[in-house]
Amino acid sequence: MTRSARALDRATIIRIVVIAVFLAIALFVLPTIGADWTTTFTSVAIYSVITLGLGLLYGRVGLISLGQVALLVIGVWTATRLNFAVHLPFPVLLLVTGAITCVVGVLIGLPAIRLSGLYLALITLMAAGAVNVVLVAINFPNGGGGFTGRTDTPDLSGLQPVRRPAIAEGDTAYYRYVVVVAAVIFLVALLHVRGKPGRAWAAIRESEPAALAAGVNIVLYKMWAFALASFMAGVAGAMLAAQVGQPTAQSFQTQDSLTLLATTLIGGIYSLWGAVVAGCFSQLLPFLFQVQWGINPNFVLILFGAGLLQVLLTAPGGLAQQFPKDMANLARLIRRGLGKVVGRGAA
Amino acid sequence: MIEVEDLTVRFSGVTPIDGMSVTFPGGTCGLIGPNGAGKTTFFNVLSGFVKPAAGSIRAFGEDLLRMADYKRARWGLRRTFQTEQAIEQLSVFDNVAMIYEHSGVKGRGKRAEVEAAIDFVGLETPSRARVGGLGARERRLVEVARAVVGRPRVVLLDEPAAGLPEEETEHLRRVIQAIPGQFGALVVLVDHDMSLVQACCETTAVLDFGKLIASGPTPEVLRDENVIRAYLGTEDVG
Repeated sequence: MTRSARALDRATIIRIVVIAVFLAIALFVLPTIGADWTTTFTSVAIYSVITLGLGLLYGRVGLISLGQVALLVIGVWTATRLNFAVHLPFPVLLLVTGAITCVVGVLIGLPAIRLSGLYLALITLMAAGAVNVVLVAINFPNGGGGFTGRTDTPDLSGLQPVRRPAIAEGDTAYYRYVVVVAAVIFLVALLHVRGKPGRAWAAIRESEPAALAAGVNIVLYKMWAFALASFMAGVAGAMLAAQVGQPTAQSFQTQDSLTLLATTLIGGIYSLWGAVVAGCFSQLLPFLFQVQWGINPNFVLILFGAGLLQVLLTAPGGLAQQFPKDMANLARLIRRGLGKVVGRGAA
Repeated sequence: MIEVEDLTVRFSGVTPIDGMSVTFPGGTCGLIGPNGAGKTTFFNVLSGFVKPAAGSIRAFGEDLLRMADYKRARWGLRRTFQTEQAIEQLSVFDNVAMIYEHSGVKGRGKRAEVEAAIDFVGLETPSRARVGGLGARERRLVEVARAVVGRPRVVLLDEPAAGLPEEETEHLRRVIQAIPGQFGALVVLVDHDMSLVQACCETTAVLDFGKLIASGPTPEVLRDENVIRAYLGTEDVG
């Protein structure tokens, strides 16, 4: 018993070391590559927060939501509107935007939560479509008055982009800021997954009748997951608004929800690392294709399709679970190969 | 004590439970009958998944049917299902803790009570092991641990020994026998393994086509002609 406890402690230590190394690389190595890389990595961090919410909903609770991009849009819009209306410190702007998006998500979720599987996916996709229609009509605020905060004759000289935090005005500093915020949100997700809500979600995902027989308040815990994922999308939206400064309606499409779900599945929905992988797939890969290699970014979609097929057929845990297994296999092969060489040398 | 009176369940055109009146006095009570006799339907009525057309169920003096389904776990009702319900992605501890957290038991004793339930069923694997990596016998024991944690008053076991080899049923038998004494809960055991029912249950009720055909002390019930006939499926010749 003590031996297994010690072994598990070692596993925890390894996990903490891996996270620390990963964060150190993200904070100090990645920003040195180049300016356009830093912008891309900022997007990766922001999108990994959204895919984290998507992964929580599908991987932990079994709910397929195709409305996360719509919630992201609501987050971007809310943060932009708030930016023109009031002067809030950036962390407060993140929290308020997250809270407002959370309320909207719950309002959409309340009726939708009674459905599941394909129907929930359809309803949330339609909600996303509706949000997009509204967005095209009212566009993002540009400093005008009224609810929409939009004017056809913006005073271009006085037009301010969405403010970044005072301590992180520059691209590199802002990138680091986003990574830290994302890390905090991942921690919140981890605490949920490891705690009472995570266990209740697992019970609901396994079997709703059994969860009901266990006294789990199914509607409450589904709503909780929905609210959390909406909050994450809202915070991500606020960070995205401050990253681009002046968001445009053209940069958000309803079908992005589908590609986002695909990348989330490729990354892996059962592991929080999967969200990071998914963020890389959805933001880093198009950048590599388009800017670095000069390949038509539409090829990325084909890659996503092939990747999704491969993951669903051979590695349902996604890359986040498959990669460590492959590495362990590789290490075993190398060790065996070395053993043979050494054995031959001795003989 | 559970008192069932005139319980009738109707699904369109079928009557899986037909005027069932029986008392489960306490300890471990058997509920047996051929396939399709209505045993699991009875459990589903107790859980609140099925609303009966008529009848009443009083458990320890309380009207169970008037209690909302999700409140019954809090009241102290636990059950296992014929299909396995232990959650593969979670550890043994988390599986049992999940039930405890919704049992309505307050206070700081969570870890101790969860570990006590895991010890009680005799699981030797560390409680941090993932259930997905366990064998069939151990997963079954996790389910029993889930059924006894959080101060249960009534524990419903739906074919806990199904598919287990004999020597493993032996261990399970000792565990089930110890539940009433350890937790003060009433156990209702549904199983097709007659030696298990005989060994665990002081009293047994027999259902056949939704009708109660015998109930009383287990040895007498198992010698009852109607029961033997129901199990062998012979027609009434005399």
